[in-house]
Amino acid sequence: MTKKQDANTDNKPLVDFAVGIGGAAGQGIATPGNILARIFARRGLNLNAYNAYQSLIRGGHTFLTIRASDGPVRSMGDSLDVMVPLNQDTMDRHLGIMPSGSSVIYDEAKITPEDTPEGVQLCPLPIKELIVGNKLAANTVAVAVVLNMLGIEFDDLADALERIFSRKGKAVVESNMEIAQRGYDYAADNFSSFPYKAPRLSKGLAVVTGNEAAGMGALAAGVKFYAAYPMSPSTGVLMYIAQHARELGVMVRQVEDEIGVMNMVIGAAHAGCRAMCATSGGGFALMTEAIGMSGMIETPIVCIDVQRAGPATGVPTKTEQGDLWQLLGAGQGDYQKFIVAPVSQTDLFNTIPELFNLTDRYQCPGLVLSDLLISEGTSTVDPDDLNWQPDIDRGKMIFPDGSANDNPYGGYNDNDYLRYANTESGISPRAVPGVPGHIHVAASDEHDEDGTLISDEFTNPHKRRMMVEKRARKMETVLDEIDPPELVGPNDASATLVGFGSTWGVILEAIEKLAAEDEIVVNQLHVKWIVPFHADVISSILADSKKIIIVENNYSGQFARYLRSETGIKGDAHIRKYDGEPFMPHHIVDGIKAILEDQTDLYVPTHEMMV
Amino acid sequence: MTTTTTAADIVEKSIISNGIPLSNVEVTRDSYKGKIDPDWCPGCGDFGVLTAMQKALVELGKQPHECITISGIGCSSNLPGFINTYGMHTLHGRALAVATGMKMANHELTVMVTGGDGDGFGIGGNHFLHTMRRNVDLTYIVMDNQIYGLTTGQTSPTSALGMQTKSTPEGNLENPINPMPLAMVGGATFVARAYTGQQAHLVDILKQAIDHKGFSLVDVFSPCVTYNKDNTYQWFKSRVKKLEDSGHDRTDFHSALDKGYMWGDEIPIGVFWQREDLPTLNDLEPVLDEGGPLAYRTLGITKTQSDSLMAEMM
Repeated sequence: MTKKQDANTDNKPLVDFAVGIGGAAGQGIATPGNILARIFARRGLNLNAYNAYQSLIRGGHTFLTIRASDGPVRSMGDSLDVMVPLNQDTMDRHLGIMPSGSSVIYDEAKITPEDTPEGVQLCPLPIKELIVGNKLAANTVAVAVVLNMLGIEFDDLADALERIFSRKGKAVVESNMEIAQRGYDYAADNFSSFPYKAPRLSKGLAVVTGNEAAGMGALAAGVKFYAAYPMSPSTGVLMYIAQHARELGVMVRQVEDEIGVMNMVIGAAHAGCRAMCATSGGGFALMTEAIGMSGMIETPIVCIDVQRAGPATGVPTKTEQGDLWQLLGAGQGDYQKFIVAPVSQTDLFNTIPELFNLTDRYQCPGLVLSDLLISEGTSTVDPDDLNWQPDIDRGKMIFPDGSANDNPYGGYNDNDYLRYANTESGISPRAVPGVPGHIHVAASDEHDEDGTLISDEFTNPHKRRMMVEKRARKMETVLDEIDPPELVGPNDASATLVGFGSTWGVILEAIEKLAAEDEIVVNQLHVKWIVPFHADVISSILADSKKIIIVENNYSGQFARYLRSETGIKGDAHIRKYDGEPFMPHHIVDGIKAILEDQTDLYVPTHEMMV
Repeated sequence: MTTTTTAADIVEKSIISNGIPLSNVEVTRDSYKGKIDPDWCPGCGDFGVLTAMQKALVELGKQPHECITISGIGCSSNLPGFINTYGMHTLHGRALAVATGMKMANHELTVMVTGGDGDGFGIGGNHFLHTMRRNVDLTYIVMDNQIYGLTTGQTSPTSALGMQTKSTPEGNLENPINPMPLAMVGGATFVARAYTGQQAHLVDILKQAIDHKGFSLVDVFSPCVTYNKDNTYQWFKSRVKKLEDSGHDRTDFHSALDKGYMWGDEIPIGVFWQREDLPTLNDLEPVLDEGGPLAYRTLGITKTQSDSLMAEMM
């Protein structure tokens, strides 16, 4: 699936550390977070950042975790090495779980630590003296201290400050630079550094959120029309594409509701554009009737559902894998569709062009099942892993200039062009409006080969059956187009961990942790393509498994039910989490141990951090 | 990496491919005859609307393949099957949203939306409001029969107060929507009402509406002979009065609103309101300034463009 990312797992990483920054919303956590992430990524370190936040703009509690390493980083990890509490509340919530050897950096005038665990280095800063009046630069001091303790040269910070503040003028840059230098020096004089030094690797990496990756993938795929109604946690896709729309000739529309979004996207797609939208579960619910129309009129669209904790409004800023069955059952009736659950930010990018090629060729909707964890989560991406100029295959389309198809319209006239021709493959040549000689109606009612509504003549059961089968036939060989999931790890393992979508990275890390710390060997079968589903491959792999443990971020075991419905395989045990926060590796490790020791067949970890 | 395909190029190429110079093909009423005949009840007002649309398109000299008729669901929404233009028969209430996507993706098409009062003012009410304020360049033709016909006769958003229907056997308790003032304050830039029983007048209004740059609404009284026994041909015939006969100034907003509210023994038909000074949504959209229809452009981005996007992330 993303083997490339696993390439250096054999080389033991030199460093693997995590920094947590927490405070109230509005206290400016994003800027120091971005500075640190960019500096780590420019040095070539992999990172994963996850922001635990609430649905408010000011106040509350927000906690950003940035984990970096010269080895692969696929989750936020298990613990913190540095914490920067920006308020007392953050100190109180997290100090107790800081491990020995970690450090806590804070403003001594505002924040008081209580009950410091053994081995935690307290790093009080005289912020007021260090910032000399520039209150906005308080967080810059903390960044400088963190970098000093990690052995990162001041020049890296100077570069970052220059880039970030240059828009605000020379004075702001200089002031921040001076303050940063004071913080950097203060740390050198007063605190002990980490026993390791963050290395500098040869190649810098990009820092992207999943929403940005999806927007970038859409641009690479040739999306010309993007519509949306803002909805957390999917809004980042809208904002990314909107920011680049003009320069790249992409039209962006913010629509009155998600019903309008999907219908507008279908209108643009039917005209011949590659058209896309993203939403979350509630918005997706409003779109479902129209997605069925996309299937019925065979006009391809792509829609991303960035899942958040449901039902209804649910927990808008928290993650969950709870929409699987909503996507499977979206809309009334049987229709053909793709459902794919990308496993990482890089995968999200590359999946979008692949999915557009499939939906264009098979003329049906394509649904992307993402979630807050990867869409709002940040990761480093190796630029070489992103294919910005993918092959674009639009299938059997007929454009006015005859360029994008092998069916020039010269052979048709209005009377004998059949938009829904009952072909052997079930795929019918698709003319877009404006082509002379190919006039037809695309109807959400059942229709004949030429587009005529069967209810406008006689509701003929034979025609109805023919058209149902024509559309269904398209998918008979589609599995050949989709990479089957592969078993990762040794065949002879104590258990197989099965998951889908965003949990790929954390499950893999849990497996590595288990092998390293407990010498327990388990393997992994991770599923990306939900529809079509490689049931035979999966069945045959799982037939050899000693114990099937299904890991998913929901209450009821939605994937377990789907696996059972498609293969008859009932998982032996389950690890589920539905508290709004993502899995951390040790949650899965603890679950596997409890299951292998026969303590339970359903393990629900407790999220220790109160975020 | 955008191509410069324009409608003119397309027609040019089509001439070469087909060997038939399209410009020499005379457009007649037959050109617009659909694949099948309408299945409306005998006497339905919608027949007159279909005929008037076909006449208007012929008189405007439009080529069928340059036009698209998009509908929702309902008796009148079956119209795209009966007219030889490109067509979409979408979902109940959603035609305007689909049509907006279509127009923005191919602004060189003539986009007409057809449907009924329930489809447009009931289930599609939200899209109606927003399509008007966006001034999307399309013509919205509502066949208003003040009843739900295809579901066999329930109350509609334009059913009169007190009207007895199958869902309001004791009489309708709710005030009806008046589409004329609603459209005027909603931002429509061409607002007209017509009556299917007055063909020449209807054809003339449809021609103006299709020619209008921006959102045009033509609300057509189109009696349902099967389920609406109140608002019949006889009922309308004695009441409708042409605005032009009273010397109405369609650029006078307040007078247009006043006329729009008139209802009773005298019901005005004609063009209530028109303004031509507002740009359409596709005029305003810089992405459409050059390069022809969005739908026909080359896909993907160049290496230079992607390098620049990537640099932002480093």
